[in-house]
Amino acid sequence: MSTDNVTHPHAAHVSHHFNDATQEYDSGKQGIWLFMVTEILMFGALLIGYGIFHHLYPAMFSEGAKQLDWKLGFVNTLVLIFSSFTMAISIQLIQRNQIKKAAMALAITILCGAVFMVIKYFEWTHKFHLGFYPGRFLDLAKTGAEHANLGMYFGFYFCMSGLHGLHVLIGMGLITWLLIRTIRGEFHSQYWIPVEGVGIFWHIVDLIWIFLFPLLYLVG
Amino acid sequence: MGSHSSSAHGENYINCEKGLWSWLTTIDHKRIGIMYMIAVMFFFFVGGVMALLLRLELFAPNATAGVGQVLKNGDAYNQVLTYHGAIMVFMVIVPGIPAILGNFFLPIHLGAKDMAFPKINLLSWYVFMAGALLAVATFFLSKIDTGWTFYTPYSIRTGTSVVVMVVAAFIMGMSSILTGLNMIVTVHKLRAPGMTMHRMPLFVWAMYSTAILQLLATPVLGITLMLLAAEKIFGVGIFDPALGGDPVLFQHFFWFYSHPAVYIMILPAMGVISEIITAFSRKVIFGYTAIAYSSLGIAAVSFFVWGHHMFVSGQSELAGIMFSFITMLVGVPTAIKMFNWVATIYKGSVSFDSPMLFALGFLFLFAIGGVTGIMLATLPIDVHFHDTYFVVAHFHYVMVGGTLMALMGGFYYWFPKMFGKNFNEALARLSFVFIFIGFNVTFFPQFILGAMGMPRRYFDYIPNYEQLNKVSTVGSWLILIGFLIGLYAIVQGIRKGSKAVANPWGAKTLEWQTASPPPQFNFDVEPVVTAGPYEYR
Ligand code: HEM
Ligand SMILES: [Cu+2]
Repeated sequence: MSTDNVTHPHAAHVSHHFNDATQEYDSGKQGIWLFMVTEILMFGALLIGYGIFHHLYPAMFSEGAKQLDWKLGFVNTLVLIFSSFTMAISIQLIQRNQIKKAAMALAITILCGAVFMVIKYFEWTHKFHLGFYPGRFLDLAKTGAEHANLGMYFGFYFCMSGLHGLHVLIGMGLITWLLIRTIRGEFHSQYWIPVEGVGIFWHIVDLIWIFLFPLLYLVG
Repeated sequence: MGSHSSSAHGENYINCEKGLWSWLTTIDHKRIGIMYMIAVMFFFFVGGVMALLLRLELFAPNATAGVGQVLKNGDAYNQVLTYHGAIMVFMVIVPGIPAILGNFFLPIHLGAKDMAFPKINLLSWYVFMAGALLAVATFFLSKIDTGWTFYTPYSIRTGTSVVVMVVAAFIMGMSSILTGLNMIVTVHKLRAPGMTMHRMPLFVWAMYSTAILQLLATPVLGITLMLLAAEKIFGVGIFDPALGGDPVLFQHFFWFYSHPAVYIMILPAMGVISEIITAFSRKVIFGYTAIAYSSLGIAAVSFFVWGHHMFVSGQSELAGIMFSFITMLVGVPTAIKMFNWVATIYKGSVSFDSPMLFALGFLFLFAIGGVTGIMLATLPIDVHFHDTYFVVAHFHYVMVGGTLMALMGGFYYWFPKMFGKNFNEALARLSFVFIFIGFNVTFFPQFILGAMGMPRRYFDYIPNYEQLNKVSTVGSWLILIGFLIGLYAIVQGIRKGSKAVANPWGAKTLEWQTASPPPQFNFDVEPVVTAGPYEYR
């Protein structure tokens, strides 16, 4: 391969292996999106499994869905959508150098995540209280289940909402990390890649919930 | 990087920082490649010892005193078989070429200073090691005996450490995803000025296609394994027939990943072969674009053929016929590559140095693996050969004869660049001869055994099969000798080899334009690319 040689000047705040800030920004953004593709595929496989069994046992699935309180699920949906909004706002604010307000927006986002998890906690413990455990642990006598394999529905319910909840927790951790760095003044109108990356993650987690909610609570 | 070149002062990625700690905390893709190399070689050794044990057990029927009873019973055999398979697949062949050679050479091939995300690159090494060590740890907890495929419902019922093992596989999957993601972004964003996609070396194209596969297929395996773990712990009922679940669904999910995964194993090998064949034929590669895009083609088709592993699982007849047909299609892009390689060699001034020997070995063995693959893809034939030694021979021809040959060839090809030393060519050739002959002696008889009806995953057999099994086991010793010679050549080359020049093979891709071993940031001055990768004649 024939080549010419030139050297590049190098800006100080860019990592050593990038030529400029744009290249660094574009790379980071592409990386985070690719990672989101894997998240969507992972949940996608779960959804396909859900779809298959829903098709096989429609009556059992609708019995299961009736046990869930769609109002709580709906509140949670609203909470998450709102948190997506505050997350997006925080990036806008950082880009305009309004650091204090940005920190507020991030804090609210974390709070929304917490509200979501608390509601989830009550939903889950209530289910356990009534004997709705996954799979073979389902208490047939206590729940008075019509369908002997109702446990499978709750298997899906706990796996899907559990995995999603885990993502909410991870997201809250990441946003806390952003909040600390924001307060320390590490982000400003020239540099906000991590905020945007975590933001994309958080939106995807919301998006997944927007699929899970109707599937688990409403369909059936 | 100042005005004077660092490599002119004898400074390179190996000696620029000293001490073990500087290696364990490095974010240099070259050092990370070397760290993978050490890890993978270690796991290959472990998996190899187990392979020898399996073969030793099969040397004679169990009725024969002594040798026939190395592994005391079927359980022990199943356990060793499982670890051999799982280690070789998840810790050797899948990470092998991408993590070692890909890590080392992909950025250099592009004229980049590093991967797009150097820290994530290091992280994925640690994630890989954590997963691998966890997997090995189950060996000391309670050994698992499911085979590397973890088929339900058996895996739901057998020992508890299946959970640990699948979590380990999940973790290694994460590492694989991170590596793939890193490579895709590097290819998209970090190419040097003038390095268009169509000037990238074919090795890079192969790594790129592999990375796409890693990214798209691994998450599905991840969730499948997590569901299996959940099944065992919480009894969620998705795969357990006793709870209304469907064990065959597990197979669908599993092969939806694991079939593309066999291309994660072979595509990088094809990339290495493209590089070696053009360099040692001293000729422009024939059909550059066809080879480049056939990698993407293989990657795409590979998602639609998983059902060929399930011809006898009770899936519908129509599905079987469809999967059989689509599987044949994979043969098309594969044949495109084969013919282009052969056309490149044809009328080239071929030199038979050790990398080229391995590449030719690859062509020969992979052709046999591929043709028998088409046989197995033919539904009625597979119904007959399913779970016999014919299958064992087939996948060893592809994975060992294909991927491992390419890994070895690539390793010798790039050895002078990686270590700045020359290895002993005579020893390398001797090692090839032993491995190549030993390989055929080991695995060719298994085609016949399979056709005769010897089932796989059995630790004993009827006397009819004895002769061929003896031959096969002796072959495994020849392979062992071959690898020991190779290991000696490598260690001796690193320790005492003479100093290598920058471009010992007279090849044209970018890595040969920089010093051997390369400086810390690969090039003293950023290259500007003005022509394609194989400007021979
Ligand atoms: C080089 C010498 C090798 C020998 C002598 C050897 C031998 C064997 C034997 C005897 C079995 C058991 C077959 C059965 O009963 O079904 C086996 C299975 C297997 N081997 Fe190898 N092997 C070797 C290398 C490799 C390598 C490099 C790989 C890398 C991919 C590999 C992958 C596998 C897999 C995936 C299985 C199936 C395990 C299972 O069914 O769970 N082997 N091998
Ligand atoms: Cu397959």
